[in-house]
Amino acid sequence: MHEFGIAQSIFDTVKVESSRLRPGNRVIKVGVRVGHLAGVDVEALKFSFEAIVSGDELAPLGLEVEQLPHKRICRSCDTAFEVNMTDFDASCPRCGNLHTEFVSGDELEIAYLEVEEA
Amino acid sequence: MKRVPLKQKVLKENDRIAAELRARFREQGTLALNLMSSPGSGKTSLLEQTLSHMPKDMRAAVLTGDIATENDAERLRRVGSATQITTGGSCHLDAKMVERGLENQGGGPLDILFIENVGNLVCPAGFDLGEYAKVVILSVTEGDDKPLKYPTMFVRADVMILNKIDLLPHVPCDADKVIENAHRIHPGLDVIRTSCLTGQGIDEWIAWLQGRLREVRSRQAR
Repeated sequence: MHEFGIAQSIFDTVKVESSRLRPGNRVIKVGVRVGHLAGVDVEALKFSFEAIVSGDELAPLGLEVEQLPHKRICRSCDTAFEVNMTDFDASCPRCGNLHTEFVSGDELEIAYLEVEEA
Repeated sequence: MKRVPLKQKVLKENDRIAAELRARFREQGTLALNLMSSPGSGKTSLLEQTLSHMPKDMRAAVLTGDIATENDAERLRRVGSATQITTGGSCHLDAKMVERGLENQGGGPLDILFIENVGNLVCPAGFDLGEYAKVVILSVTEGDDKPLKYPTMFVRADVMILNKIDLLPHVPCDADKVIENAHRIHPGLDVIRTSCLTGQGIDEWIAWLQGRLREVRSRQAR
């Protein structure tokens, strides 16, 4: 449900960046990176973003979402591994150790803008 | 066509305010906790028990978030200091709401600030409130597979309160299974079993709070 607010802040950022472009240039796509642990439903995010963009002068404006895996490392054998979100198992796939540490996967960032130049 | 890199956190405004709050809590030696759970798992009951059983010299207050009503703050005011944050539709608290809640609360520095999030096991996990630790509360009536279904919340939590254990004889829930599932998601997660009806486990929870408060104090001194 909070995806609408997230879509709105992505849109606001694009709006600001867009106003800084040289006249004639326009943003046609924004790329975001969303980790599996960011708690964001990508479909809901896309749906909200589309709703916000339609009717604005920035339309059509695409949203490209790159999903990033949840990565962990084993404290015992240093094996780095990715955790599958459907069969969420945080134990080490190599030695079975339960003491594994979070490395990444909670990203929620705007990565790039695609700009069409006049 | 040109691709312009723009490394920017989507929630950067929230994160900025959360960082300010965290610095303020650290400076004042306040243990700030973000309490999250689904609706009806017993956050407010746990807080009632906590405020009533806490050592008298400990200054504690609650910021309690809900979409609507002042019901929780009214309940909590019978046992301590409580300020309601009404989100008006938002499914989670953000750092700005906490900042405003603290202004409304007034009062001096605290030993412990409990931030009772909106009842929801999904969205609150994504918002930093400047807290020192995240507390997830799960009641035995919710089923033993909840940690597996809502992994984000359980990965990010620092402690899990397994509440309503007085109901275990009456519900098809295996407490050990819940904990095993939670540990699959988050190895080593602290777990405290409580009942707000019988008072079981409340002492252990208060001891946990005192342990975290000592950590906060030692960081403050540094």
